[in-house]
Amino acid sequence: MDNAAALELNAPKTAGEKEKPEVNWGYRHNGYFALKLLLTLSGFIIAIIVNIAFPQKAAVEFKTYTLSVFGLNIDLTINDAYIFVLAVLMLIYSTAGIRAFFVKARRKIYCKNAAFRFAIGVALALWDIGGTKLQWFAQPFFPGPAQVIEAYLADGDYIVQNTLYSLRLYAAGFSCGVILGVGTGILIGWFPKVYYWVFPVLKITGVVPAVAWMPFALTLLPNSFTAAVFLIVICAWFQIAFLTAQGIQSTPKQTYEAARILGSGQLGLIIHVAIPHAMPSIFTGISSANAMAFTTLVMSEMLGQPGGLGYYINQSKVWSAYYKVLAAIVVMAVLFSLINHFIGIIKKRTLRWQEGVLKK
Amino acid sequence: MSSSISINGVNRVYTDADGNRVEALHDVSLDIKAGEFISIIGPSGCGKTTLLRLIAGLDKPQSGELSIDDSRIKDVSTERGYVFQQGGLFPWLTVENNIAYGLKARGIFKRDKAKVKDYISMVGLEGFERSYPHQISGGMAQRVAIARALINDPKALLLDEPMGALDSFTRADLQDKILELWKKQGTTMILVTHDIDEAIYLSDRIVIMTPRPGKISSIVNVDLPRPRHRGGGEFLALRKSILEFFELAQAQPQPEYII
Repeated sequence: MDNAAALELNAPKTAGEKEKPEVNWGYRHNGYFALKLLLTLSGFIIAIIVNIAFPQKAAVEFKTYTLSVFGLNIDLTINDAYIFVLAVLMLIYSTAGIRAFFVKARRKIYCKNAAFRFAIGVALALWDIGGTKLQWFAQPFFPGPAQVIEAYLADGDYIVQNTLYSLRLYAAGFSCGVILGVGTGILIGWFPKVYYWVFPVLKITGVVPAVAWMPFALTLLPNSFTAAVFLIVICAWFQIAFLTAQGIQSTPKQTYEAARILGSGQLGLIIHVAIPHAMPSIFTGISSANAMAFTTLVMSEMLGQPGGLGYYINQSKVWSAYYKVLAAIVVMAVLFSLINHFIGIIKKRTLRWQEGVLKK
Repeated sequence: MSSSISINGVNRVYTDADGNRVEALHDVSLDIKAGEFISIIGPSGCGKTTLLRLIAGLDKPQSGELSIDDSRIKDVSTERGYVFQQGGLFPWLTVENNIAYGLKARGIFKRDKAKVKDYISMVGLEGFERSYPHQISGGMAQRVAIARALINDPKALLLDEPMGALDSFTRADLQDKILELWKKQGTTMILVTHDIDEAIYLSDRIVIMTPRPGKISSIVNVDLPRPRHRGGGEFLALRKSILEFFELAQAQPQPEYII
């Protein structure tokens, strides 16, 4: 009876909505989607038009670089390279758009991102005008996008070498830091004796920024690579150990009791109860240690490494090649975002049991 | 597959945060027959959970002795299963892996793998094997906890207000499930509860405890044939006499005890 009454009450409302069907014109409609696709691409089209149409104010030397791709030698000026990069971006976004057109779930996101992607194009155009074309910004400190791309053309192999050096340093240091940190954290969290003796040391030395130890690291360790690894290790170690210990100590007593009654021994309690319970906390530690490891990595490269992106920045700065500095910064942004993303994937997999518990 | 438990002159005193002595259990003695279903009821602070924890081996008495089949209880053991008031499941394990935990902890998972499936269907959780504890309801979580405790074939199952946090429909459902499992497995059951109806519905004997100091005040035999009818005359008479014992029955019946 109640349901019937409710239906009747709803009926006129539905009829009212039917009278104006175009109210919800949105991402489901092809016309709307096409407009959004156009908006996405038009930003980059503006950037290309600006690059071609704007007169070059000052006398900037345009070198021609010869790239060999698949045995073909292609001559490029930096403006050609810049337009090529814009074209590649447009190609990527059009492909994504075509894919989104057929996949309902992606449509909404694509439409939502259109305004921001348009803004990227416009920002590149403004940067091009201000940095290269009319040179509103002080030179050589704020080069335009074309010059940043020039750094990759001129120094490509060298940047790759330095990136790999940074990556090696990071991988060695951070993986050791995670292993040591989780290990120490478990010992501190589980054994009261270890907590008593080690925790205060950790607490006091943990607040010191890792790079402060650099003079010791450089003199006491056999080479600069191990010195930098050592600095990254200690910056990750303290943070991760701290949070691992906290996670272990916060395990409810009842959970241990349940496991003991079911037949777990001491080792079983650590492996099957304490560590899984501490996992969210361990990942919080890893995420924040990761950010600090990036800082330590770049700082130590700037201060005493024969390679790496930090070293490359320092070296370029000496020659006032700020476009190279910017190029290295772009590489860092991409590289570190990828590393963060990778850690995020591992975290999501490991903490699958938490999905839906925490507010997103 | 069931055990008799004897509790002999047990005392347990706590010191609270202010340094006061709290007598949780004062000279408690009780004999539980093998395969018997015992309920322990009483107001909060009467020491019923303390008594259960002593039987489980999670706590030790200051004086007195607890034994199971004539051997003294010194520590926890897989012989005595325990179902906690709420939670107690491992949130990082699926329903299936929670139930299998006991087998894995004892290193017999490979041998007894098939048991997991049996116990999942025994508590009616088919289709939820891969769910995590936070994805299922409170009543289902308690059924997982019961299956997890029973998979180790305990000789006694200790239940600490397993239905305390459930709504009355789910509660009635779970009570029937517990009776069914008890009949099938013949395990000695010790249930701590504050619900008089629940105690009468389920048990052979009801142990009534009173606080300050926590002690056994009375033991009531429930000689009603099963299945019991919650609205039956004898049922209600028994309930009234227990309520009178707690001096709660003078005026209106308390809403808490109405199902």
